[in-house]
Amino acid sequence: MDLITIGPIRMIAAYVFLLVLLLIVQRLRIGREKDIVISTVRMSLQLVVMGYVLAYVLEINHVLLSIALLLLMQVFAVHNVLQRVKIPVDHVLVRAIAISILSGTTVTLLYFLVIVVGVQPWYETQYFIPIAGMLIGNSMTGVSLGAERLIDGVKTRKSQVEGALMLGATPSMAMRSVVSDAFAAAILPTINSMVGMGIVFLPGMMTGQILSGVSPLTAIEYQIAIMLGIVGSVALTVFILLELGHKAFFNDRAQIRESFTDSNE
Amino acid sequence: MNEQNGLVLCDVKYRDILQVDDLTIPLRAVTCIVGESGSGKTTLLRLLNHLISADEGTIQYRDRCLKDWDPVQLRRQVILAPQSPVMFPGTIRDNLLAGLHYAQLHTPEDKDMRKVLQRMRLSQDLSDGVDNLSGGESQRLALCRVILMQPEVLLLDEPTSALDDSTEHYVVEQLSEQCRRRDITMVMVTHSQAIARGVADVTVFVHDGRIRRVEEVAAGTPWTS
Repeated sequence: MDLITIGPIRMIAAYVFLLVLLLIVQRLRIGREKDIVISTVRMSLQLVVMGYVLAYVLEINHVLLSIALLLLMQVFAVHNVLQRVKIPVDHVLVRAIAISILSGTTVTLLYFLVIVVGVQPWYETQYFIPIAGMLIGNSMTGVSLGAERLIDGVKTRKSQVEGALMLGATPSMAMRSVVSDAFAAAILPTINSMVGMGIVFLPGMMTGQILSGVSPLTAIEYQIAIMLGIVGSVALTVFILLELGHKAFFNDRAQIRESFTDSNE
Repeated sequence: MNEQNGLVLCDVKYRDILQVDDLTIPLRAVTCIVGESGSGKTTLLRLLNHLISADEGTIQYRDRCLKDWDPVQLRRQVILAPQSPVMFPGTIRDNLLAGLHYAQLHTPEDKDMRKVLQRMRLSQDLSDGVDNLSGGESQRLALCRVILMQPEVLLLDEPTSALDDSTEHYVVEQLSEQCRRRDITMVMVTHSQAIARGVADVTVFVHDGRIRRVEEVAAGTPWTS
């Protein structure tokens, strides 16, 4: 069965959905029309550019190009996290966010490509780029949530953290419950999406493969594998973030840093 | 300088909150820090626990500057119990063991933990939760926790602020007795001169961030409120 090409005219028809949204938003006086239009334009332009880039990259299929695109995606992910997370960010936490995304997603990606899928060569762009995108995108969300909850946890449970320090706890001991809660919150969306998958919704990767004529059974194999890869990638990146990031709140005298300390008596 | 010098503060300044030209807190004695709210008493205890660092001057413990101590090792010997007791999620047992766990000390038997609870007039079971404890009960549980740790120095920040007069009297007596019996140096912040007169070997009067005078008091002076 040949894949139906949508083409520019019918593509424009798809934007009717946007008009519906805008009408509803206007009627309810939500006042977010500008944001919605900007988001849609950004989405369209980014995907068009990515389409051309991918067409070029798939044709060239060069190892350096694959690595360069991977780095570009990871840098954008770090940038997005730093923009989203409102933090009195200092260099330790910024470094933790960057290291976690770069190392966590790279390790998972290489394991997935080489061991799970068995791609040869490992940098085969047809596999490398889309899988990297899925792992990095989900890990980015996990790291954002983890960093937010970490900062929030230190603020709301400062007396508990400080109370542990007073009793001789190391910063890591004092932060244990804050770190555990941040980890649980960060991986929850990924776990939830696994629960509903196949019943509540059909995931994008599987849907795309079926639309392009791949057997549903093969598509399911890929979907299960990528979902496990995403779980692994999110868990690893968030773990690295929290292991490195919780130290950002303490100085070298194991005291809570001044920016998190209220004035004393 | 010898071990008897205990905690020694020299030309210590912390922001505009506290300035101490010279103060020595003796080891194995009960010292009370007396002063009004906002006079810098809590800051003094936080400096001694190295939870904050002085902007100027030096603080020594056992002849070593605090900055030369491993801060975690220091806090395992010089423990601070804050005025608002910190309750960790879990049971009474979990809360009693928290300090021992942090300081990597051995776990006592249940009967020893129960004995400490009884001594502080707490009738709860070790497996009870801490969510329903009153302010006064939480404060006494937090004191049980630090007593079980048997530190070298116990810094207590208004440890009886949530207790009624008779329980306050009893708890302070218990604390000072426990500390004397176990050779623990007790440094207690209080706003009450009556409490200080009842238990202190040394009373330090703080006013407006400065040490106004230090009195050596004969222990056992009759309690007056």
